[in-house]
Amino acid sequence: MTENKGKILFSGNEAAAEAAIRAGCKFYAGYPITPQNELIAYMADQLPLRDGVFVQAESELAAINMVFGAAASGVRTMTSSSSPGISLKQEGISYIAGSELPAVIINVQRGGPGLGGIGSAQGDYFQSTRSGGHGDYRCMVLAPATAQEMADMTFLAFDLADMYRMPVIVLSDAVTGQMMEGICFDDMEEPKKWSKPWALTGATGRERNIVHSFHLDQEELENFNKKLQAKYEAIKQKECRFETAGGDAPEYVMVAFGSCARTLKQIVTDPPEELKGKLGLFRPITLWPFPGEALAQYAASAKGVLTVEMNAGQMVEDVRLTVNGKIPVHLMPHPGGGIPVEARIRKKLTSLFCDDPPKQ
Amino acid sequence: MMTDTATVIKTPLYKRPRCLTDEVTHYCSGCGHGIMHRMLAELIDELDIREKTIGIAPVGCAVLAYNYIDIDWSEAAHGRPPAVATGIKRVQPDKIVFTYQGDGDLASIGMAETIHAANRGENITIIFINNGIYAMTQGQMAPTTLAGQVTTTTPRGRSVEEEGPPIKVCELLQGFERVRLLARTAVNSPENVRKTRKLLKKALMYQIEGTGFSLIEVLSACPTYWRKTPQDCSDFIENVMSATFPLRVFKDTGKGLP
Ligand SMILES: Cc1ncc(C[n+]2csc(CCOP(=O)(O)OP(=O)(O)O)c2C)c(N)n1
Ligand code: SF4
Repeated sequence: MTENKGKILFSGNEAAAEAAIRAGCKFYAGYPITPQNELIAYMADQLPLRDGVFVQAESELAAINMVFGAAASGVRTMTSSSSPGISLKQEGISYIAGSELPAVIINVQRGGPGLGGIGSAQGDYFQSTRSGGHGDYRCMVLAPATAQEMADMTFLAFDLADMYRMPVIVLSDAVTGQMMEGICFDDMEEPKKWSKPWALTGATGRERNIVHSFHLDQEELENFNKKLQAKYEAIKQKECRFETAGGDAPEYVMVAFGSCARTLKQIVTDPPEELKGKLGLFRPITLWPFPGEALAQYAASAKGVLTVEMNAGQMVEDVRLTVNGKIPVHLMPHPGGGIPVEARIRKKLTSLFCDDPPKQ
Repeated sequence: MMTDTATVIKTPLYKRPRCLTDEVTHYCSGCGHGIMHRMLAELIDELDIREKTIGIAPVGCAVLAYNYIDIDWSEAAHGRPPAVATGIKRVQPDKIVFTYQGDGDLASIGMAETIHAANRGENITIIFINNGIYAMTQGQMAPTTLAGQVTTTTPRGRSVEEEGPPIKVCELLQGFERVRLLARTAVNSPENVRKTRKLLKKALMYQIEGTGFSLIEVLSACPTYWRKTPQDCSDFIENVMSATFPLRVFKDTGKGLP
């Protein structure tokens, strides 16, 4: 009983919505798409009652551009969608990055490409961690694995967005968004207040502010890009987040993010007999910045790495860049929606790492 | 009566509006954008709303409008100004928010944003510059290009069979319940400039009153891509363009304002 104290039963989508409101989100615009519909409904119901504005936009394009306007006004703002809708938002995300505005975007991923399906997937890793839209920019990307983390990371996303004046993506998936779990909001503090002297509030007693990403002068644009890159470098140094489970210097390392990592965690706590004491899990929490250095350290004495992803193999490219050919990196892809079954992962692990000789 | 020149200079009738910066605009001579910028700046001064006005500049020839009028401004992606304006106005209902858009921006790539902002009745003002062409990208067909009009993408003239007839935005929005003021004007003659000014002032005053969506469509010359002299452009608006796009007030549900 006590472990459930202060907990409410929420889906991950509702948890994220509630956390956004607690973080001081004052404007939300969205467009319906499964599997994030609980989120937009929660915002529609709650935000107007709690000093905020909800708009059901005519499209994801409009939604992200409304968010652009609210962000330019200096208020905390968010939109959410799922994969096909996030594709439409890329234009706006690029403009938000280029105008250095803070905004939070939640992607409750589903299978693709195209209309895909509505099952859980992680096929938007590349889209989120590279630029997604046009130009040289990045979004910070947080990958929750539980409903509680959807709440906590959404709350955190608002701070990161304000701190670095950039779009922050919470990259969830159908399972994490829709599964109901006990959530606790007790530890959530009052939202931090950020000074936003650049905001468009009417030029009262100051010079006019202009929010823009247009730099016709090539040198000016080059310098602006360099400034952005310097910001991204600082973020890489300071904001890498990850989690490990199992031994400190495992012989075999599994790498996974989001709901997939949750399945793997279970395997690490109860590994196959032959791998007892030898298996570890490395779970990137920030997908950008990718915690490469930490992974390299964690896998320093490992003999093999297995990356499990609910896509055809996207994060594995970052894992391979990190270990740089020193250790064999295997991939267990699971594209198109649906969760890799634990028993199959166990089988893969033993066939890879316990056969004699081990597979390369 | 003799005029004392010294007095005339001391009290000029025609001054730079406080809100107009002294930056040299990048507009071609004879372009309607310059007239509209000055008018807007004058009205912001006259209504004393400089400190609470936020403009949204389009992607089009007016992309740098923010350099010329001394207020807070936001850029918007091509066609998205009404969405950006919605975000700004909804969180700052006490501010005066306007968008300034070309016909490609408003009636082609941004048509959905235009229609839905109008349907919601956002309390914003849209200044819609209809020059019948995509000017910034060097003169392609716009949704408003006249039937038969030659552009770089309709080298044999716009064919109604292939490209459809020009889209008439005011006529389209006329039936929208929450639209407050909807009018088409032009800036090709002093008389039309005065009429436009009156209507734009009204639109801004309605917004100050807090009561609704206004769109003022302005037929505006693009001498460069119409490939005409400024004088011929004025005649073209008067005699040809306004036959397809009649100048009139389509809707005004307000009362009591001048
Ligand atoms: C998404 C996108 N598509 C195309 C363009 C290129 N583009 C810039 S301005 C413009 C047309 C502008 O025409 P209009 O809105 O009529 O304004 P005008 O230049 O005539 O004032 C286009 C197509 C762009 N910047 N962004
Ligand atoms: S190209 Fe046309 S619309 Fe653009 S500034 Fe020149 S005259 Fe004006």
